[in-house]
Amino acid sequence: MSKKLFLNGADAVAEAMRQINPDVVAAYPITPTTHIVEKFSKFVADGKVKTEFVTVESEHSAMSACIGASASGGRVMTATASQGLIYMAEALFCASGFRLPIVLINGNRALSSPLSIHTDHSDSMAIRDSGFVQVYAKNAQEAYDLTIQAIRIAEHKDVRTPVMVCIEGFQNTHTLDSVVVEDDEVVKKFLGEFEPVDSLLDIDNPVTYGAAVKPDFFFEIKRQQLEGINCAYDVMKSVGEEFEKITGRDYSKVYEEYGLEDADVAIVLMSSSYSTALGVTENMRESGKKIGLLRPKLFRPFPDTEIVEKLKGLKAVAVLDRSMPQGAKYGPLCTEIVTALFNVGKRPKVYNFIHGIGSRETYPSHYDEVFEFLLSSLDEVKEDKLRFLNLNE
Amino acid sequence: MFNANLKKLSQCPTRLEAGHRLCPGCGISVIMRQIMSVTDNPLVISNATGCFEICTGAYPYTAWNVPWIHSLFGNAASVIAGVEAMHKSLEKQGKLSGDQKKTLFMAVGGDGGTYDIGLQALSGAAERGHKFVYVCFDNEGYMNTGYQRSGATPYGAFTTTSQVGEAHTGKEQFRKDLTMIMAAHNIPYVAQSSPSNHFDLMKKADKAFKADGPAFINCLSVCPTSWKTDTQTGLKITQTAVDTCFWPLYEVENGVFKITYMPKEKLPIIAWLENQGRFKHLLKPENQHIIDALQKEVDTRWQKLIKLEEATAEDDK
Repeated sequence: MSKKLFLNGADAVAEAMRQINPDVVAAYPITPTTHIVEKFSKFVADGKVKTEFVTVESEHSAMSACIGASASGGRVMTATASQGLIYMAEALFCASGFRLPIVLINGNRALSSPLSIHTDHSDSMAIRDSGFVQVYAKNAQEAYDLTIQAIRIAEHKDVRTPVMVCIEGFQNTHTLDSVVVEDDEVVKKFLGEFEPVDSLLDIDNPVTYGAAVKPDFFFEIKRQQLEGINCAYDVMKSVGEEFEKITGRDYSKVYEEYGLEDADVAIVLMSSSYSTALGVTENMRESGKKIGLLRPKLFRPFPDTEIVEKLKGLKAVAVLDRSMPQGAKYGPLCTEIVTALFNVGKRPKVYNFIHGIGSRETYPSHYDEVFEFLLSSLDEVKEDKLRFLNLNE
Repeated sequence: MFNANLKKLSQCPTRLEAGHRLCPGCGISVIMRQIMSVTDNPLVISNATGCFEICTGAYPYTAWNVPWIHSLFGNAASVIAGVEAMHKSLEKQGKLSGDQKKTLFMAVGGDGGTYDIGLQALSGAAERGHKFVYVCFDNEGYMNTGYQRSGATPYGAFTTTSQVGEAHTGKEQFRKDLTMIMAAHNIPYVAQSSPSNHFDLMKKADKAFKADGPAFINCLSVCPTSWKTDTQTGLKITQTAVDTCFWPLYEVENGVFKITYMPKEKLPIIAWLENQGRFKHLLKPENQHIIDALQKEVDTRWQKLIKLEEATAEDDK
């Protein structure tokens, strides 16, 4: 029987990790995901998991040990955030190039300098082309659910690509929420047995990982890597449908939407901000405003076809990015959306807002402000420039 | 106790095949073959980026017929830690069979990947107690990128980033003593070795593989290309490093220091410098002070080692 628990996002992830019961976890503690590692360490100490827990001396070594372990034929997980994710960046590209099904939990946190332990998406966005599948959770329940599904996506034979589950620091990792935790046996059955591919421990069939490649083959190998990550798009949906069958929670889509069917304008955003924005959207729609909301859950591979389908009929769209585009025209989410819409005949005007940097609050009034901006832009087109929400200067 | 003769050694499994692309006279393949010859157990190797990696794993070919992984420059020890952890996990779960259970784990790297960029990973893996053997083939510089200085480059040596000119005369710092750093980790086995003393090296490799925990072997490795030495006499030149006590051969077994080769006659440091192009400038009279300073440092470290042997031998009684 599933049970409803009062958990914060990090504890929900730790609970998922206990049920996944990985063969190896290699991790280095960092705020705001420290208590994932702490809680998991307790599971190890209590003998509740069979996991070999490698308490590495850095995040660079965390991902490196994950690479060694995963190439040796077993389930491997890690958790990190912010500086830790950037410190392991070199190894992330290796893990994906080796097609290793490692699952990484990232507690989204701003990057120094100046130092901030609070949330924004600048860490995971900085390595968005590392070859990891990236999914973004909106709350503790999704953090739990996506962590379990990430294992299936990463290990799927057509994907064989590492997956990063992004949950927002503090707003998800430290906020208590009501979480339905499935029965251990149900999760175990959903995941199935790990099937090793090209294991270093298969001593009768020795493999060479990481040979140096000259220009005559390198291009083809990297092109073929695209096949894996792009397959994650369909696989995420099929895994989600299967997950929905056993849990009743809807994971059939790689995005969440509200009100788009008859909307003129919409906000596109990711992660926990959706919940606040949803309340505002519901209220404003009650007063007859034709507005909607779209939240991509999957960012890599970017679900451009479905996003275009959802947005192309609108008149104006505001994309809310939660990372600072140093020197770029738009934030990374807006860049993706503008790119996806570019070749569509009839398309909405797109405006980019930066919000929530270093955990600056985005209050309901700010979403209200953005919707009013969009609606007024229908009468008079606004200047195409970067805008900032709740910036005090 | 390791006991092998040439006949037995000639029959050991060939893990590193011919056809690799190392330079003529390179010390690394000699060292690796000597080390791997002491065991029949299955081996998994993690290789740091460098000459050895690039010359033995050149896609679509491989010189390896044992499982081998290279990923980055500074993470060979962390990768093997992950491999060893997975082995441990699967063994506990009863998922390994037969010879798989006897698998040994080895990480290898040059001085760049070991003394410098990979030191943290090595230190961490040693402290955590993974059962693995780390072999550093120390050729005293970043040779794969064309000979830049490393933490292991000797005082006074020319490198492409410690050039010889009007204002500076080669590397101006003494080399890092990595073997001592690893001994300070209090791991079961640490050794300093040279392929010129091959039985000494193989005995050490045997002890390293049998150690109950992490083991570290630091091995001086001639690089004719960058040392600017004759490709035929590499091992003789290496021997002068040993006989001048610039590179003493010793081991630290469970904290007990033992000098495993005592030169019959300790040669002056010039014997190590004189046949290498990278030290050519030191032979000029105006640079005698550099040789003197190097001699002094070598003598100080040698005396310290003798004292450590005496001190820990007493502890042993």
